[in-house]
Amino acid sequence: MSDTFILNGKETPFKQGQMILDAAKNGGIEIPTLCYLKGSAPTGACRVCCVEVKGARSLVAACSTPVTPGMEVTTDSQAVHTARKLNIELLLSAGKHNCITCEANGDCRLQDLAYFYKITAPRFAESEQRYPTEDVNPLIVRDFSRCILCGRCVQACNEVVVNRAISQGYRGKKSKVVTGGDKAYNDEISECVFCGQCVQVCPVGALTEKKAKGLGRPWETQKIRTTCPYCGVGCQQLLHVKDGKIIKVTAVEDAQPNQGRLCVKGRFAYDFIYSEERLKTPLIREKNGEFREASWDEALDLVATKFKEIIKKDGPDAIAGVSCARSINEDSYQMQKFFRAVIGTNNIDHCART
Amino acid sequence: MTNSFADYAKAKMIILVGTNITEAHPVAGTFVKDAVLAGAKLIVIDPRRTEMVDFADMFIQLKVGSDVALINALMNVLITENLYDKKYVDSCTEGFEELKKKVMEYTPEKVAKISGISADTIRELARTMASIKPAMLMYTLGITEHICGVNNVMSCANLQMLLGNVGVDCGGVNPQRGQNNVQGACDMGALPNVFPGYQQVANAEARAKFEKAWNVKSLPDKPGMMMPTMMKNLTTGKVKGFYVFGENLANTEPDIKHVEHELQSAEFLVCQDIFPTETTRFAHVILPAAAWSENDGTFASSERRVNRVRTASVPPGDAKPNWWIFKELAKRFGHEWASNSAQEIWDNEVSVLAPSMAGIKYARLEGDGLQWPCPSADHPGTPTLHRGGKFTRGLGMLKAIDYIPPAEVPDKEYPMVLSTGRRLYHYHTRTQTGRCEGINDLLGEETADIAMADAEAMGIENGEKILVKSRRGKVEVKARVTKEVPQGLVWMAFHFREGCANWLTNPVYDPITQTAEYKACAVKIEKLK
Repeated sequence: MSDTFILNGKETPFKQGQMILDAAKNGGIEIPTLCYLKGSAPTGACRVCCVEVKGARSLVAACSTPVTPGMEVTTDSQAVHTARKLNIELLLSAGKHNCITCEANGDCRLQDLAYFYKITAPRFAESEQRYPTEDVNPLIVRDFSRCILCGRCVQACNEVVVNRAISQGYRGKKSKVVTGGDKAYNDEISECVFCGQCVQVCPVGALTEKKAKGLGRPWETQKIRTTCPYCGVGCQQLLHVKDGKIIKVTAVEDAQPNQGRLCVKGRFAYDFIYSEERLKTPLIREKNGEFREASWDEALDLVATKFKEIIKKDGPDAIAGVSCARSINEDSYQMQKFFRAVIGTNNIDHCART
Repeated sequence: MTNSFADYAKAKMIILVGTNITEAHPVAGTFVKDAVLAGAKLIVIDPRRTEMVDFADMFIQLKVGSDVALINALMNVLITENLYDKKYVDSCTEGFEELKKKVMEYTPEKVAKISGISADTIRELARTMASIKPAMLMYTLGITEHICGVNNVMSCANLQMLLGNVGVDCGGVNPQRGQNNVQGACDMGALPNVFPGYQQVANAEARAKFEKAWNVKSLPDKPGMMMPTMMKNLTTGKVKGFYVFGENLANTEPDIKHVEHELQSAEFLVCQDIFPTETTRFAHVILPAAAWSENDGTFASSERRVNRVRTASVPPGDAKPNWWIFKELAKRFGHEWASNSAQEIWDNEVSVLAPSMAGIKYARLEGDGLQWPCPSADHPGTPTLHRGGKFTRGLGMLKAIDYIPPAEVPDKEYPMVLSTGRRLYHYHTRTQTGRCEGINDLLGEETADIAMADAEAMGIENGEKILVKSRRGKVEVKARVTKEVPQGLVWMAFHFREGCANWLTNPVYDPITQTAEYKACAVKIEKLK
């Protein structure tokens, strides 16, 4: 027997245990959310997903209310829209949401919702800022004045990546997302491992990448999908590129294998490519031991000449090479082909064994 | 890996052996933790109390290098108490009688003395492993970096086959590879015995195929030297020309002093890299290469997934893609190679020549990539190998294996064990992570991790500089007094040139793979005056 409920007047199937949010989505109705984080237990904190349920005393949060057979749900009534708008206005007044100076401008759920609900001016006075911005750690800016206490970062940290570094601290007006002991992310006693999952899920500008500050707006950047250059998991990344330069890295949501997750290296260790220490030209060692710059032709001719001499004198097996386990497949293919087909030796290996 | 990362969070039981997953493969670690939160049982087998122990149902803190003995004892219990998967063993494997005979020599009581794990705990562990099916086993370098690395790997396979856990979702034997494309470098035949796709160079048919494709009269039929042999032969003069592409051997290989002597001995050393390194100091020619985000190409991850890598920026100065450099070199020997991009190399050569990747073309790699074997254009890829217990070779081979201790064990002069590995914030010799803003602030120097008891006995404070000495060398390094390591163990990494563990490590190798025993050598620690 398949269960049904009434969604905006239409009989709609649902699965036992399903929340209104998911059942409505299957029925073709997208309910706006803010605090909802896929894969975590819904908290119903922001009330943006509120809907009307016939017989209920008040509006209910669609993310955390299970559907029951025959339940009559209305997602687009005046009461629903008024309540959602009010909730957004309250969130806007709870902190500093001046978009011009915000890193999240253009990539902000609160901004999108305020725009959608045509909020043009603050309805309530802005709360005073209680906590200073944490800027002491090297990678993540924690701007508490922009935090809407939606709890997504806390859920991501505890339920998704399970690093258990942050939680909801204090109560009432003093509420704050805190590390153990309310210390900075990089404090000695903090459990934070800088995976940046909190930044990935923050729907506003409360948590942002320090290194990306001021380097580009979301609409100015090209997003290029690629694979992480560190361990062998093969996490899928989005490179945010402006004018040919990577300004930040985020995880690809819903991609295998990482499903929207990265670690500290994957998210923050990308800028080595811009180091001034990069090798920029071929170098040849002189007799005095010093390196001098050379053209590609000169350097490659020298390698070829030397290798030919060695082959002639000692045979191809007097040459050996190790390939690179960080570089692309095609590079390793070319190197082994060069050794086997051109030099004529199987003395080709790489660091898999060490 | 026989299985896939997507299995981790869904697994019912997970056995982590010799893997500090939250530091070495952090994202994979999150899925193990998700599985635990969802109710999975977790067993951690490691000499160190790694972070994952906080999530474990059982923590088996075995002595460094005693893995084979422990696994033999587990199999002893499984067979003695009739807890193994008899049906699976009968229908899917061979070699059971030999295995049984061997593991009967390894009673829990005998192995307790070798491993430091009590006989009761060994029995409880075996019973726990048999209580839930399937269980997924993951390992990393704690298994492979021993002179008995191959035996360790085969022991893991023995255990999982005996439990009937190979060839099913959320099961299998899963080595997590340390580098982004170490799997791919193997797949591409950057190995002395195989062409791309693991086709043997000793096989005349395979050679004929590659001779035709590469337009050469003949290809060498004798497997070449493995890297440690190449390096050794730099000093004997058997190897004169050495080509090092993207490796910092002067820091990564055991016994740095000796390694540098070997590099110094090269008659002609070519280094192709993105940065000057400790290794390029010895080069005669240095070729500047394009880096990760400056190429189009592919990586293959631990789960055999071929993923796209895409260009986001241009290489600095005159740096060039590596494939171009090899093509240009070949030209100087009269070889004109047609492929002129990574895509052409893959689509027109690799996937044409390697049957297990025949169905993988760039056009199919736009999303989540494909896991080989993928033999045809309509094949969806293979998330789980040996499905249904049908092994590539037919029957799964159970191998009788004996325990051998590490090559160098503590003695009066060097009373402690040094074991090495990686830390979260850095990668290898820091040629990359050491040049990223903010990362050095999180970890700025090497430490020697020691137990509280050893620190107290020697009057060493946390953060105090100490001397760590082995028969190969000595380093001055800060002591990090931690509950992670047991008494008698010193644990270090090789991320920093100063205090690099490889001044101390022992250049002894597994006889089959020539993997060095980074995980065990004898050292002593001294207070600095």
